[in-house]
Amino acid sequence: MSELLLSRNFGVADSNKLETYIESGGYKPLEKALKEMTPDEVIEEVKASNLRGRGGAGFPAGLKWSFMPKESKAEKSLVVNADEGEPGTFKDRALLEKDPHMLIEGIAIACYALGVKKAYVYIRGEFVFPTKRFQDAVDEAYDKGFLGKGILGTDFALDVYVVKGAGAYICGEETALMESIEGKRGYPRLKPPFPTQVGVFGGPSVINNVETLCSVPHIIERGGAWYASLGAEKDGGTRFFAVSGHVVKPGLYELPTGTSLREIIYDHAGGIRDGRNLKAVIPGGSSAPVLRADEIDLPMDFDSVAKAGSMLGSGGVMVMDERTCMVKAAYIVSRFYAHESCGQCTPCREGTAWMHGIIGNILNGLGREGDIELLQEIAVNIMGRTICPLGDAAAMPVQGFLKKFRDEFESHIREKRCVLPSAGAGAGFAPCW
Amino acid sequence: MKFSEKAHREYEGILSRYPSPETAVISVLELAQQEFGSVSEEVEGYLSELMGVPLSKIHAAATFYTLFNTKPVGKHHIQVCRNLSCSLLGAESLIEHLERALGISVGETTEDGMFTLSTVECLGSCGTAPMMQIDDDYYENLTPERVDEVIHNLKGGGTG
Repeated sequence: MSELLLSRNFGVADSNKLETYIESGGYKPLEKALKEMTPDEVIEEVKASNLRGRGGAGFPAGLKWSFMPKESKAEKSLVVNADEGEPGTFKDRALLEKDPHMLIEGIAIACYALGVKKAYVYIRGEFVFPTKRFQDAVDEAYDKGFLGKGILGTDFALDVYVVKGAGAYICGEETALMESIEGKRGYPRLKPPFPTQVGVFGGPSVINNVETLCSVPHIIERGGAWYASLGAEKDGGTRFFAVSGHVVKPGLYELPTGTSLREIIYDHAGGIRDGRNLKAVIPGGSSAPVLRADEIDLPMDFDSVAKAGSMLGSGGVMVMDERTCMVKAAYIVSRFYAHESCGQCTPCREGTAWMHGIIGNILNGLGREGDIELLQEIAVNIMGRTICPLGDAAAMPVQGFLKKFRDEFESHIREKRCVLPSAGAGAGFAPCW
Repeated sequence: MKFSEKAHREYEGILSRYPSPETAVISVLELAQQEFGSVSEEVEGYLSELMGVPLSKIHAAATFYTLFNTKPVGKHHIQVCRNLSCSLLGAESLIEHLERALGISVGETTEDGMFTLSTVECLGSCGTAPMMQIDDDYYENLTPERVDEVIHNLKGGGTG
């Protein structure tokens, strides 16, 4: 079992309290950064750690920080993306609830490195309890001098504002999130300008995911080289794999990047329920193209999963057993993107709805010859033709299901029904498919 | 239509945290929904006048975000996740069970105004599927028995 960093206190009583956090060595890294390191040294350490963004895009965190201008007329800020919304992902919620001070410390170290005095933490509106937990921790941190003016006896000052979302997946996209903080509809912005040029309220902003920032104190405490050595070659450290679906033990597993998907499913999550066989797995949240059961000897780091034709994304591992109808799975995934398209770009607004409708027809026995080619054509015409990545995120999984399980779509069209042996709706909320 | 004194103090607190009234719209809409139950056109008009923000900007935000109810909902709003992880573990049966237990279909409110039943997309609780949110709280790892118990308790039949 590898060492736990992010979840080291998850099993401890009152893990959300400042006292518990300090007992486990918390806020020492902040003190080290403020008193022994220059902001540039902090950035260099994060660069050396090979920490990559845990929100899904996997951009090197230290490199992103280095894009922040040193001087700016408009006020600089850090924006924290806690709008966890990618289906299959449930890690940031756990961090907000169970170790909010780790996030506050990560924010404080980041703001010191970036020369920023304001941080906005955007939490999805449904997370009422996690928001309360985090706000309580922020209040506690102000009380004890870890936030506010003169932090730890230095001249470093920082204010943290909690901003609540209001139910829109698109606001997890960085520029849509900034629009939402500014009180507007979450319509993604054209880039450039990039957030480090024009972010929130007109000033330069760095935006990082919760888990990314929670990794920072550990990097400062024990060094970037140490952190890098824990994980894969260009993707350092440990990260959460959020496993859901037909496994014996769904849940969060903090493991070194590069751990094999087979090990995650069978050793950590206990394998497939009821002694059934694995059929398919989505490795990185529902935007990631599906993999077949014979593709799981795969190191779970950004580059390896990309090479296998999918995406590590946010680390949401969705597991489907042998009874699962792939047309229905594709239908549910396509429904989500059709629902969440913000409507700004025509290819995404129209394309997601058409893909959802056509897959629905196939599922309901109304599929026609040529539908598969039509779906592929729509997907190709969405990809790369929209302001933000939601269009790609909607097209990629559809392409994945068609590529890996084309025969199921064909048989649905031919037979006008699902040909899988039905498990039947058993007792309780047993899977009905 | 007017904010109560308490809500008005909260409103002023919100405005003080934002650089301009325009940027406070979403937070104020949330407050208004708590105060008035939903964000109707009347509420939008009131906020527009109160904040000095064009009605179009208020309406744009109110109709974009799913957490704002433009129509009234029941005393308890039941929102069941129907995304992939929850569906794999029986969200469809869960929704049917709730429809039977409440005697309404998805999108409807019970006659006594106690419950509104909705389906929603991923609530970020996939490891404890199937799940639902009622008002502010998450209910996870649901079974038919647990659902019946929760509904019974909300009807005033007991604690917990």
